[in-house]
Amino acid sequence: MLNRILSNDFPRSLVLALVLAAVLLGLAFAPFLFPGVKALSVAAKILIFIVLVASFDLLLGYTGIVSFAHTMFFGIGAYGVAIASTALGPTWTALGTGVAVALGLSLLLSLVIGLFSLRVRAIFFAMITLAVAAAFQTLASQMSEITGGEDGLTFKLPALLSPGTVFREEPLLGVSLDGRLLTYYGLFVLTVVLMLALLRVVNSPFGRVLQAIRENEFRAEAIGYRVVVYRTTSAVLSALFATLAGAMLATWLRYNGPDTSLSFEIMMDVLLIVVIGGMGTIYGSAIGAVIFVVAQSYLQDLLRLASEAAAAVPLLAALLSPDRWLLWLGLLFVLSVYYFPTGVVGRLRERALRQRPARA
Amino acid sequence: MKALELDWKPLALVPLLALAALPAVGSGSTWVTLTVAGLAMGMIIFIIASGLTLVFGLMDVLNFGHGVFIALGAFVATSVLGAMGDWTGSAELWRNLVAVVPAMVIAMAVAAAVGLAFERFIVRPVYGQHLKQILITMGGMIIGEELIKVIWGPLQIALPLPEGMRGSLLLGDASVEKYRLIAVVVGLLVFGLQIWTLSRTKIGLLIRAGVQDREMVESLGYRIRRLFVGVFVVGSALAGLGGVMWGLYQQNVVPQMGAQVNVLIFIVIIIGGLGSTGGALIGALLVGLMANYTGFLAPKVALFSNIALMVAVLLWRPQGVYPVANR
Repeated sequence: MLNRILSNDFPRSLVLALVLAAVLLGLAFAPFLFPGVKALSVAAKILIFIVLVASFDLLLGYTGIVSFAHTMFFGIGAYGVAIASTALGPTWTALGTGVAVALGLSLLLSLVIGLFSLRVRAIFFAMITLAVAAAFQTLASQMSEITGGEDGLTFKLPALLSPGTVFREEPLLGVSLDGRLLTYYGLFVLTVVLMLALLRVVNSPFGRVLQAIRENEFRAEAIGYRVVVYRTTSAVLSALFATLAGAMLATWLRYNGPDTSLSFEIMMDVLLIVVIGGMGTIYGSAIGAVIFVVAQSYLQDLLRLASEAAAAVPLLAALLSPDRWLLWLGLLFVLSVYYFPTGVVGRLRERALRQRPARA
Repeated sequence: MKALELDWKPLALVPLLALAALPAVGSGSTWVTLTVAGLAMGMIIFIIASGLTLVFGLMDVLNFGHGVFIALGAFVATSVLGAMGDWTGSAELWRNLVAVVPAMVIAMAVAAAVGLAFERFIVRPVYGQHLKQILITMGGMIIGEELIKVIWGPLQIALPLPEGMRGSLLLGDASVEKYRLIAVVVGLLVFGLQIWTLSRTKIGLLIRAGVQDREMVESLGYRIRRLFVGVFVVGSALAGLGGVMWGLYQQNVVPQMGAQVNVLIFIVIIIGGLGSTGGALIGALLVGLMANYTGFLAPKVALFSNIALMVAVLLWRPQGVYPVANR
């Protein structure tokens, strides 16, 4: 049973299994374990990032190609929900239409980009996606009649999902049972389903071919697999999952703008999470996302304290300023690519592998 | 550069694009203004892109952090020119040059020094691993950009043109800004110098040979790696020079400018064929012209028009207009 659910891809490390179980349980009971508006928002952000990063891992970790347009698809999903809900009003039809149109657009765009650039050379993909993402971001902030420009769009969702809808008068274990809680659990279920789906994809014969291409493109081609077709399919799948993550983001925030879903900073976050968690292990995205989002949400406060403490040394204070968060992120990123290339999951699995023969 | 003389078709693309835009723009004088602006922008982009394309051709290193040297050069120039207010404020061109030339030289020197460090610490550990190169150099770019913000602040800084370079000349009805002509001249100088180095000196011969077949050159006893470090440093210096010129062209600099220009440069080197200097020139001119024409006709899709241009070129020649590297 568990075998089928996890597509035969077990954590393969006791520590990892325990951590994953803790993450799963923690997220499942987050509203009760960590009361408060901010904590719930952090938990929801973790859910969204897990899906976003896992979908990126399919591309980077399993197929071995770098895309810088992942936030573009994320943004398409978010804008799909935002624009449809603004135009058609707060109905389920609007929500469905938005997601469907966004998925269609992402499918088309990723197919065209993939076929076009992967046909020539895999590294073109990185450059071309960077260019397309930049162009798309400019377009999104300039077409202000539709996208709300830099200000973005604030919109309403069906009443069932709004915090105003209360299902039971008295709170359960100190948590009020409202539409917000329902939305959270909707996202939670969706995240679990999407993660299992991704596990299914990467452990299917198709996923094995992707890994073969990652390891040796030439050999994979020689065995008879059409590398372009497989890479493009992987790019398309990854884009579709990212679109869904974007739709989840917009549903949670009931707002979308260029900075929340399209910015290059998010792309950087995604890259860092994939590397920290462990490339080529869907599980890594869950662990990486938890570490990163928690750090981002709470460590920026710490950075502010450090900066104030270092106020006497101007340069140090400037370096430690919370606005320079990205500097430390970049540094962390470079260092982890050098010294920590397999990420948390890779390290734990290596350790488990080393211990096993000793025990036998 | 024999290939340049033999293969004239890509060369014809530049005038073709310019002529195709003439009916769309309508007025002849506007067209002249736009074309000169496009050529000036193209020359600046070429200065930046030529280093990157050689680095790729020679060592198969794709440097996503190239943009950082552009921003660095531009910011160094703001400091140097800011300190030489007496000279930039003068209306005489020669006095302006006394300010601008040192600014360019210092910017190039700083970019070269940082380039040396960048090569040593960021690029060298990941030779031969494309995936990591892309990730690491991107990380280097972010770090560089943030450090620029730490030193010069996160806000836009004005980089006004020196007095003597402002204003425009009248060519018939069309007004042509003086600075754009200067940019074209500097660009041609750099291009000429590069072509001369590549085709008339021994180092140039080795670089060209290395781009075509690295292992063969190594087996003849030359240290390609040392050569590569040199090319990387020169490429960074050129990016710094390009950054100064780009900053003066825009008359302001932002820390994000490196990332913005990076996108254009990638389009240029893909169009030109990775590793080809001549291709980079054609690509840069095409991109510069296209950006100015569409910036005038349909500003919202300016960047998309360049992507469309790249797509069209790749459909015609999938490896770029002048494919060089054999890999």
